[in-house]
Amino acid sequence: MSNPLSPKARMQIPRQAMPEQEAAERSHNFEEVNLGLDDAIARQEALRCLQCTSQHCFNGCPVGVKVREFIDLVVEGDYLAAAAKIREDNVLPAITGRVCPQEEQCEGRCVLAKKGEPVAVGYLERFVADYERTHGQVGLPPRAAPTGRKVAIIGSGPAGLSAAGDLVQKGHEVVVMEALHEIGGVLVYGIPQFRLPKEIVRQEVDNMRKMGVEFRTNVVVGKSVTVDELMNEEGYHAVFVATGAGLPIFLNIPGEHLCGVYSANEFLTRVNLMKAYREDHDQPVFDCRGKDVVVVGGGNTALDAVRTSLRIGARTASILYRRSAAEMPARAEEVKHAREEGVQMLMLTNPVEFIDDGKGWLDGVRCQKMELGEPDASGRRRPMPVAGSEFVVPASMAIIAVGNRGNPLVQATTPDLATNKKGYITADDDTLKTSKRGVFAGGDIVTGGATVILAMGAGRKAARAIHHFLETGEW
Amino acid sequence: MYKITEARFLAPQVKRFRITAPDIARRRKAGQFVILRVQEGGERIPLTIADSDPGEGTITLIVQGVGKTTRMLNQKEAGDAILDLVGPLGKPSDIEPYGTAVVIGGGLGTAIAYPTAKALKQAGNHVISIIGGRSREFVILEDEMRAISDEVFVTTDDGSYAEKGFVTDRLNALIEGGRKLDFVLAIGPIPMMRAVAEVTRPHGIHTVVSLNPIMVDGTGMCGGCRVLVGGESQFACVDGPEFDAHQVDFRTLSTRNAMYREREKASLDAFEDHECKMMKMAEAAEKGAGV
Ligand SMILES: Cc1cc2nc3c(=O)[nH]c(=O)nc-3n(C[C@H](O)[C@H](O)[C@H](O)COP(=O)(O)OP(=O)(O)OC[C@H]3O[C@@H](n4cnc5c(N)ncnc54)[C@H](O)[C@@H]3O)c2cc1C
Ligand SMILES: Cc1cc2nc3c(=O)[nH]c(=O)nc-3n(C[C@H](O)[C@H](O)[C@H](O)COP(=O)(O)OP(=O)(O)OC[C@H]3O[C@@H](n4cnc5c(N)ncnc54)[C@H](O)[C@@H]3O)c2cc1C
Ligand code: SF4
Ligand code: SF4
Ligand code: FES
Repeated sequence: MSNPLSPKARMQIPRQAMPEQEAAERSHNFEEVNLGLDDAIARQEALRCLQCTSQHCFNGCPVGVKVREFIDLVVEGDYLAAAAKIREDNVLPAITGRVCPQEEQCEGRCVLAKKGEPVAVGYLERFVADYERTHGQVGLPPRAAPTGRKVAIIGSGPAGLSAAGDLVQKGHEVVVMEALHEIGGVLVYGIPQFRLPKEIVRQEVDNMRKMGVEFRTNVVVGKSVTVDELMNEEGYHAVFVATGAGLPIFLNIPGEHLCGVYSANEFLTRVNLMKAYREDHDQPVFDCRGKDVVVVGGGNTALDAVRTSLRIGARTASILYRRSAAEMPARAEEVKHAREEGVQMLMLTNPVEFIDDGKGWLDGVRCQKMELGEPDASGRRRPMPVAGSEFVVPASMAIIAVGNRGNPLVQATTPDLATNKKGYITADDDTLKTSKRGVFAGGDIVTGGATVILAMGAGRKAARAIHHFLETGEW
Repeated sequence: MYKITEARFLAPQVKRFRITAPDIARRRKAGQFVILRVQEGGERIPLTIADSDPGEGTITLIVQGVGKTTRMLNQKEAGDAILDLVGPLGKPSDIEPYGTAVVIGGGLGTAIAYPTAKALKQAGNHVISIIGGRSREFVILEDEMRAISDEVFVTTDDGSYAEKGFVTDRLNALIEGGRKLDFVLAIGPIPMMRAVAEVTRPHGIHTVVSLNPIMVDGTGMCGGCRVLVGGESQFACVDGPEFDAHQVDFRTLSTRNAMYREREKASLDAFEDHECKMMKMAEAAEKGAGV
């Protein structure tokens, strides 16, 4: 171990802050909010790690990144080795370092979290991954001799991408099919540029292309081609369904069809995928200039939407959430950033009607106050309406971000693919095998909306099981 | 890239394209559409697959230049290509042997109705087509419709061609004349579809319309194409685009479709302005070369 400091000395170092764009500045641009650590800060932060044998941080990471070991390599100054160490378990570190809910995972379990502030594992992960990216040293992993086996991967989000990367290394022929015109799933159409620069996703995709993965955009499986056709006519030996949870849930309250009411998916897709904020793109079909924007929900999607609305000119931007701040599922850092940028947080507030201005446009949202009752199935306290508490929040644009369901296009045309009550595909926990021979499924289409790291983990798990299946033919 | 093999104007601002897309050509059914992007930075727009030739591996699109994207597309010629093309999307039309089927196309709606009319004919229906247009030049696909219909009526609002009047006048005349109509398909401007629905409703004639809300992805992901049908939200790109005309809330559809009118106009004006400048520059350059 390379840390020269005593445990006591380590604990005296405060958690290093992430340099970031000023709130007043960044709330008007799409540049990344977090600027990244430099060498000196990164090393200082790494020195705080106690190198504990219990490795709670490791246990907190859904894919088991060897946190202690990579941090030790940062202390040594061997950033490329640190990056390689992370890549043993996590193929998208520049992405997860930015978007993992670290406070609930690695950092949440760090022993230092109990006494003060945890080691900034996410910042360090991002630092080494960016170092590796910008120093171009990664070197693509060797590819095994061709096996003559073909795998179709449906969906190009983190689950599909990580499965593709692993399978191509094993020598299989891998084709990723994506419904949209760009590769990356939620990473490109959902999560905004100011949180996850698209260049990072593109670079990962380019690396995979160099390794031999074939990407086909504009293919909607279930419409353009079916799973059965892929297997029976096009010669694929296995299929991995990674279509995500992309079907927006609406509130089913009056006024939802008014002009100015959007799903977060539509709003974010227009801005992120179609670049509505850029003059040289045709999508600027709406803007938020001078508008009062409200976003319903408390997750990452809601925060991304509300902060995006500020960046395209909203006069005011507010979150309406029916529980209290403590229950918000969004990453802690995003909530903090949003507040700094001037987002108003209306907690314990539940919309009951979108109000018509008389011409078919949104004029305001009628809401009711909520109070928290007994815990519900999710373990969170159930919000209950307070009688006689209705009030109106003025708004000319409302964005609904209360969750998604699974996209049914693949299931609808693959009758022997078992699904559960909510329409998600049923897959074995360990092997991700579905009810249909040769077909595997993972990521949000199995779990419902979850996280990037879990989707990535599922992709890798599927890759192992698919490889085994292709080698042995055992089902 | 998807190659354009043929491009020809059918009417002012209405152009027919054949595009190489063998997979789509092979599986598309009447009533389905594609979403395309003309070029990098462009919008995604839905267009009905008017016809296809699986042997040749091409699909036919008929495009009316109403805004920036469609005008840009209409500048393309055979040999050019478009950037993105995805499909076939949407549910195919319900084609059954209804008996006597009336197919009504208003303006460009005729192009959208054509593939379904053809399929209805192939399914053994007696097909009566009513094609309408504001004036003579907006009546499109008359020959094509004649080839697949048992009877064809043409109406123009201003009487500049064929019968003067609206498509609904002709429909009313048929009903009042005692014809037994088993099925009506109406595709065109929203007021026209709404009017047809009101004509057939009292007679209980099964009537279907094809809705054209604004779309983004076409896969059910954005919800932007939601329409109110029978009081319920439906996504036109996956649940439609055809719906029971008597259940559709047309008022909501027309306000929602007008949502971006100002922005669309600004975008079109800027585009035309740019085109205009380019023309002048080209003229100036020609003149310059001349001396
Ligand atoms: C706005 C937003 C912000 C988020 N922020 C965070 C965050 O900060 N941290 C975090 O960990 N997680 C976050 N998440 C969640 C995370 O992005 C998802 O859990 C993750 O992307 C799921 O990955 P996936 O590969 O399963 O699916 P997706 O990323 O959803 O990718 C699925 C892909 O499949 C394609 N597809 C769907 N159907 C078909 C079909 N029939 N044929 C072909 N292609 C198809 C889709 O177009 C899409 O590209 C966020 C989600 C959203 C929406
Ligand atoms: C399922 C479906 C099938 C379609 N099939 C065809 C077709 O075969 N041929 C064809 O020419 N058009 C078709 N359309 C309409 C076509 O998609 C629009 O005309 C196009 O999106 C307009 O784009 P733009 O940038 O040129 O114009 P914009 O600048 O976006 O709009 C210009 C004008 O067109 C109106 N408009 C915008 N979007 C639509 C829309 N979706 N439907 C109707 N009006 C709209 C606007 O209100 C505005 O007045 C179809 C639409 C749908 C939903
Ligand atoms: S992948 Fe996510 S949870 Fe795991 S160590 Fe990295 S930041 Fe932490
Ligand atoms: S728990 Fe915290 S202090 Fe201990 S090894 Fe992990 S990161 Fe370091
Ligand atoms: S176009 Fe996005 S859901 Fe229909």
